[in-house]
Amino acid sequence: MAQASDALQEFVADLKRAPKRILETAFRTGPPSTDRTRSTFVFGNVFLHLHAVRTHRWSLRWTTTLGLGIATAAAFLITLVTGVMLMFYYKPYPEVAYESMKDIHFVVPTGRLIRNLHRWAAHVMVITVILHMARAFYTAAYRKPREFNWLIGIALLVVTLALSFTGYLLPWDQLAFWAITIGANIAESPREVTDALGITEYFDPGGLQKLLLLGSDEVGEEALIRFYLLHVMLLPLVLAALLAVHFWRIRKDGGLAKPADADARLAARREQETYPVFTEAPVKTYHLAAIVRGRTPAVGKGPENTVPSMPHLFYAELGVMMLTLLVCLALSVVSDAPLKELANPSVPENPAKAPWYFLGVQELVSYSAFMGGIGIPVIALLGLALIPYLDRETAGTGEWFGGPGGWRLVRFSAVLGTSAAVMIEAVAIRFGWLREWFPDVPQLIVTAVNPGTLLTLVYAAWSVWCVKRFQSARAGALALFTCFLCGFVVLTVIGTYFRGPNWEFYWSPAYWPKH
Amino acid sequence: MTIQAKPQRSRLDPAPVPRRDWLGLSALGTMAGALLFGLIGLLRLPKAAVLASPSKRFRVELPQALAPGEAFVPPGRNVAIFRDEQGVWAISTVCTHLGCIVRPAADGFECPCHGSRFRSDGTVTRGPAPRPLPWLKVSTAGDAVIVDEAAAVPQGTKVA
Repeated sequence: MAQASDALQEFVADLKRAPKRILETAFRTGPPSTDRTRSTFVFGNVFLHLHAVRTHRWSLRWTTTLGLGIATAAAFLITLVTGVMLMFYYKPYPEVAYESMKDIHFVVPTGRLIRNLHRWAAHVMVITVILHMARAFYTAAYRKPREFNWLIGIALLVVTLALSFTGYLLPWDQLAFWAITIGANIAESPREVTDALGITEYFDPGGLQKLLLLGSDEVGEEALIRFYLLHVMLLPLVLAALLAVHFWRIRKDGGLAKPADADARLAARREQETYPVFTEAPVKTYHLAAIVRGRTPAVGKGPENTVPSMPHLFYAELGVMMLTLLVCLALSVVSDAPLKELANPSVPENPAKAPWYFLGVQELVSYSAFMGGIGIPVIALLGLALIPYLDRETAGTGEWFGGPGGWRLVRFSAVLGTSAAVMIEAVAIRFGWLREWFPDVPQLIVTAVNPGTLLTLVYAAWSVWCVKRFQSARAGALALFTCFLCGFVVLTVIGTYFRGPNWEFYWSPAYWPKH
Repeated sequence: MTIQAKPQRSRLDPAPVPRRDWLGLSALGTMAGALLFGLIGLLRLPKAAVLASPSKRFRVELPQALAPGEAFVPPGRNVAIFRDEQGVWAISTVCTHLGCIVRPAADGFECPCHGSRFRSDGTVTRGPAPRPLPWLKVSTAGDAVIVDEAAAVPQGTKVA
């Protein structure tokens, strides 16, 4: 009898202890209060262990990254969560899709806010991914051993834009329908060249691209289900996989890029403020470290100037994530996502504009569909991808505008890139282009010689001159990247604010004719 | 004592590949081939053999009061139909640039998307459109005309 009561008491005690025990077994090593438990906190957690256990203090200076990569990842997480929420109500079928969007916007509790958040986080993600690329470029962080991660980053940029583009069709309103019609016809635009050469009958990559994208020869139910599949399934999976590789390689490539003299400069700034290193002897050595190539922080030298990632890095990351969420929320409260009237295949929107980040490309396609929509973007992407393999210098790694030429060259290239774009656009807007001057000009010449290709040539020439002048591929890259960035901004601004009905130039939307 | 020369292997008489290596390589090669073949099959799926779009041929009666050279656009169709003494003809109103729908104007057509302009026979006069608007196949059936949006005919083909 006594025995039974003991067992019962023990049972009750275990029951009482259970919540505490569950916590203890979930976080086996206890709260992260010592160096050792801070380390186990990181590598004992599947979600955190992409991070190194300790982080160099140079990586934690906010001017090193401006938090742009984490902001991009945070924006992606927001679109992921809100996107899944929207899938509760969205139905991918023409007209029904439009009705369900109206339901989400006007009937579903918090539907409007979730939809606004999804849209604004997508916009924020595009902005931050571009800025993040610019940061990595200007601090020369793409150099050895980070070349391949730069390529993954470019793939991520393309997937991000593809996600935005595929999401644009889903509301099935006028805006969506005509933006996708234009997009699908850009995919078809290699016909501009094959037609001019008279070989479309035998070799028609443009037609095939459009057919694969739309599943039909017009934007209809087949196109909608394809875009839906790409948007909610294929592209997010690809993005998540690439993102995992991108993060993992940051660590495998030895953390963030930093100048060779980073330690000395940190020491000069703050004397002996370094967090105490290893207050406890290690209880475990990592034999794997022996086969990892050179650059991990702990090989060959002591972990000076590093601090535990928990809390220093994680709290910084959390801060950036909360800031991103706050910005997206604020924008969502202030500004609603648009929903125009139901798609009408007989009456185009006038002007029919793509989302803002494609308006630079749309400005270029208003001269030549193939060059503006495919030729120049492909050249730009190839150029970006080649940068780390052409610039194999070491001067200026990890420094803003590091390398020969430096900030002066970037400033000058910005002025040159902006004014060249403005001037060439001004000529085309004021005086028209080849076909207005010579009505019988062959299409191939219009394709080859237009404001977009001329601008690309000017930029390339300037970049080559810089390579020669500074005897440095990095100087050429600085010049070219800056010029392209400025050209992109100029064309986007013109496409957004200065183009009205019939793609005519207007000083302001206030002057658009009423209709 | 005789010295035996080492047999010199030539390109025509290569060193024999060990049998296991050869079997291993051919197994890998077969696997790669099979996977590639399967992949091509997978990639073939998204290109439909029959397109799900509605018929491109339609029949329409022209209004009695249609003036010569005046455009008639049947509702829901992207075609402009004209009539004069010589006969009836139809011109596609889908812009050859990026697929927007052009509007019939006084002296031809104008595209709202990127400002292309066409003469009334479809020829491009300005803007980025790479090709003229195609003329479409028309046949008459009593008072009505039948237009096939999928079949182009040479510019200037009028059907009496």
